Order: sequence, then structure tokens, then C-alpha cells
Amino acid sequence: MSLTDHQLRQKSLQYRKQVLEIIYHAGAGHTGGSLSCIDILNVLYNRVLRVSPENFGSPDRDRYIQSKGHSVEALFVVLADKGFFAFDELKSLCRYGSHFVGHPTRKVPGVEFNTGALGHGLSIGVGSAIAAKKDGRDCRTFVLLGDGELAEGSNWEAAMCAAHYQLDNLTAIIDHNTLQITGRTRDVCANAPLDEKFAAFGWEVMTVDGHSIEQLTSAFQPASPSRQTVRPRVVIANTIKGRGVSFMEDVGKWHHGVPSKEEYVKAMAEIDVTMKAER
Amino acid sequence: MSAPSPPMFTPQAREVALSLGLVMGRTNLEVFADTLLMLAKQNRAVIAVTSDSRGSGKLGPFGQSLPEQIVEVGIAEQNLVGVAAGLASAGKIVFAVSPACFLSARSLEQVKNDICYSDMPVKLVAISSGVSYGALGSTHHSLHDVAALRAINNIDIVVPADNFEAQQAITLAAEHKRPIYLRFGKAAMYSLPSPATQGDRAGESAFAIGKARVLRDGHDLCFIANGETVIHALLAAEHLKQRSISARVISMHTIKPLDTAAILTAANDCRAIITVEEHMIHGGLGEACASLLLQAGLSPKFAIVGFPDEYTVTGAQADIFRHYGISMEGLGAVAAELLAR
Repeated sequence: MSLTDHQLRQKSLQYRKQVLEIIYHAGAGHTGGSLSCIDILNVLYNRVLRVSPENFGSPDRDRYIQSKGHSVEALFVVLADKGFFAFDELKSLCRYGSHFVGHPTRKVPGVEFNTGALGHGLSIGVGSAIAAKKDGRDCRTFVLLGDGELAEGSNWEAAMCAAHYQLDNLTAIIDHNTLQITGRTRDVCANAPLDEKFAAFGWEVMTVDGHSIEQLTSAFQPASPSRQTVRPRVVIANTIKGRGVSFMEDVGKWHHGVPSKEEYVKAMAEIDVTMKAER
Repeated sequence: MSAPSPPMFTPQAREVALSLGLVMGRTNLEVFADTLLMLAKQNRAVIAVTSDSRGSGKLGPFGQSLPEQIVEVGIAEQNLVGVAAGLASAGKIVFAVSPACFLSARSLEQVKNDICYSDMPVKLVAISSGVSYGALGSTHHSLHDVAALRAINNIDIVVPADNFEAQQAITLAAEHKRPIYLRFGKAAMYSLPSPATQGDRAGESAFAIGKARVLRDGHDLCFIANGETVIHALLAAEHLKQRSISARVISMHTIKPLDTAAILTAANDCRAIITVEEHMIHGGLGEACASLLLQAGLSPKFAIVGFPDEYTVTGAQADIFRHYGISMEGLGAVAAELLAR
């Protein structure tokens, strides 16, 4: 049963609350980045990816590789919602011996790859997409990158390679929240203009509001059969770090800030108000 | 680039090799290329990934005959390993081929995370290892790679000493369920004595990853060597016979997992152990053996022959080996000195 845009918006709000809940209880996590990419994961897992606990062993499943692994709380919350494991299991996040660690690991059902060191996911995605082409499978590969992550040179090795192999079954998504741990990405190591850079590398470039269910849905549609050129696609998703909680939005300290009890209560109440307003 | 190629042995050592009836075979690199082509023809899932290294990997014929089974990524070793991991995750049997110096250093984080931590059974094929590119200078030497990879969980390390071991290792690697690092150089390899090369078909199953190959028995001294150094240990063992020293020679082709039984047996049978490797003396075969022996409470006379912690001298591999005593004469001298201690 497909969900409406409205239902997905409500789901994003529920996910935001769950991200805050698990980070608050763990006393650790990457709050800002998880909140900036949650709408992207929502649209992917609930509308685009052919991935479920039932088909996860199938070679024909779509692949999602979270290269910006530190935003793992967003991924865990969505995977729990998809039924890969019970949400309650996330109470062990970052606890001694738990497989719910601070970056994606394949010990967690539904996770495709162990990531966390930046600049790895796109190459893995290229390999996955080449394999699909060789096997004649129509599965697609999606890789989520951080904008700060793009300073890792290996991304550009992979970008060149993806265009060389005309991987139109590969979509890179940039969670373009313009902040990294030190500050504004433009001040740390400016990467603009990302669209022109990827276009120059031979990619199809789409720029969207990374919190718009409609725009994300549209950007993740497969390439048109009548397209002129066969290229990998990059979706530059303009997002706001800490999106959904007023005092966290676009504030660098929430990169891995953990809310105090007062902040947690305030943030949850704020999202509840938004949920009611949108109902 | 072709550098001068001095003889591998002194005239005296060549005489010893002849007296043992040793026959010069091909390079392990050529054996690798032929074996991989055969495996790939039998199984379309076999994929070679190269970083502008198909020439140096002797994979030209592979690329021509199986263009759909080779993935070229250009001079980009980090991408090479990441792409290999992605291919393996989709069920491909992936051989990632690149010079050891780059594969084990430039892309070490991809090896650690994308291959080992993610448990992708990629076969990392480290060509022109050690000082195979001796004259090209330290940028092209790989004397660190075994140490670096020994310190990473979930990867096996194999350094074959002749064509038989190379062919076996590559064939077994294709079916290996764990990540594996195969390391070899460019020198033509003498066929070392073993049941398989003496016409005993049953001996062919004697090669197993993690199981050392005893090439020669002896009870005073044991050389534990691997790769392109083994031949020199074998000649030294024969040479030492003149001094009434009986030397065992073990090809420890697998450094991880180590054949601990073979080493402990050697330490119980022999008064002295000499390890020989085309690698820095830190973190390689020698230290692996020393660590095992000490923890087992054994303390035979012990020496590690390898590359010291210094700017490595350059030149042809044979010259560099001689410089650091990896020769029949050099190893013989170490043995005599050690036993006299």
C-alpha cells in the first residue's frame, strides 16, 4: 500500500522524534545530520527502494549505501520502521556489546555495508552498479554522501569512474546541509559549485529541496528511456542541519550534540505541535 | 622501464642450484595471469579489477579474451578497492590487481573497512611486491605491507615461493570465503622440491592456505622463509651441509593464519631458527615467529633476516637482496654465526 505525501510527512516527523529519542537515551549520536537526511531516507525506503526484510537476500534488491555513516540514527530508525528489527532494540544504541554502534554495520539487519570512514560509499556503489549492469539486473544503487564528505578525494575517483561506465543505475544523493563539525563547509574547504563540478564529471545533476517529499520523489525516479545521454545521477538535496527542531536548525554544535533533558522535552513537544498542525 | 638485471646468484650459488637439480620456472606473475584467465573462462563471476595495471599484471590477454570480466578504474587505487568491494557484495569473485606498494598503502583504509571489516571476500593481488621495483626507489617498494595487513582483522596473507604455490594459492583464493592478500614479485622462480613436483599427484593436495611447506628436513637449524627469498634459504641449507650443519627449510607461504605447529616443531627439533623475508624486519614473518615462540616458552637461537629500518638501498632486486644478506652466502654466514653463539 503506497503512502500519500501527507502520510510520508507525518512519518518524517515520527522519525525525527525517534531519532531524538534514541540519541537522548544513548547519550550519544549525530543529531544534526540525522535530522537533515531523514526526509531523504523516508522517501527512499517508503517510496523508491525495492528493499524489505523479505527480499534483503535477493540479488535483485535495490541497494542503499550510507556513505555519511555518522548519521546512522536516521538509518536505524527507518530500518526499524521497515520491520528489519524492533524499534525497542535501539535502546541498546552505543551500549557495550550492542551491534547498534555509532556507524552502519552489517550486523544490523538491513544495512548493506559497513561505513563511517568518509569517502568510501561512492566507490562501493560504483562496484554494485557495475555488477548489476553485468548481470542484466534492473536494480538501482543509491549512495548518501555528506557535503563535507566531498573533500575526500576518493569521491572524485568514484565520480569519474561512474561516468566512465555510464552508470545510470547509480544515484548519489548529497545531504547538502552546508555545515560540518568545524563550521560552514564553505569556510572549511569550499566545494561550491557542486552542480557544475558533478556536471563536469559527466553526471546528470538535479538540485532539490531535501525536505520536500514531492521533490525528492521526483528526483529519485528512474531515468527516462528516451534520454539522450546515459549518465549517473547526483541529487543535490538542499537541507538544514537539525531540521525540525527550531533551536537545532542550522546550528553547528548539533553536529553531534546530545540534548539535555530540558532540550529533549522541548524538542519533542515542538515536533508534536508540528504533527498536529499538519494533520 | 627496464633496469639492468644482474644474476640472481653468485657463480658458487648457481653451482649449488645446479647440483640440487633445481629448474628455473616462470614468474609468479605469469602464473597468476594464466591461472586467472583459466578460472575466469570457467566462471563468468570471476572479475579482474585493475588500476591501469593490466600491463604490469600481465592481464593483456585476459582483457582481450574476456573484456566483460575486467573492470578498469584508472590510476585510482582507493576506488579500485571500493569498487572491488561493491562487486563482491553482488556476488562477483573479485581479483583486485595493483602493485603492492599502492594497494597496501594508498588504499589501506578501503582494505580495512570495505574489504576486511565489511567481510567482502575480495582477492587483493599485490604484484611487483617487496623490492621487485628495486631500481625505482622507495615509492615503489612495499616493505611495509605484511606488517600493515597483519594488524588488520579478517584477512589472510599468502606469499608464494614458486610457481606451484602461486598456482595453488590463486586457485584456492577464488573459492576462499575470507578476504585474502596474495603477494608476489616479478622474478622468475625456481621450482622448489615438493611431492607435487616430484611427480606425486597426491602431493598436489599438500598445498593449503595456512599450512607451511617443508622443502627440506634438517635438525640443527631451520630457515623459515617466504616468497622470493626461499630459494636463497634452500641454497644456504645445501651449502651448510659442507660444514656438517643440517638445515631444515620451510616455505611459510601463509603469514596469516600462521602455521604455528610447523614453527613450534622446528623450534623443538632445531637449535636455531632463521627467518627470511623480503620485508621490513618490523612486523613481518620474523616477528610473527618470534612472538609465537616466546609465548610458547621456547627460546631457540633466533635471527630475523629482512630489511632494516633505514632508507633502502636501490638497484635490481638481486643486488638489493645481496646487499641485505638475502643470498646463499649471506644466510650461510648468519647461520654459522648464530650456531656458534
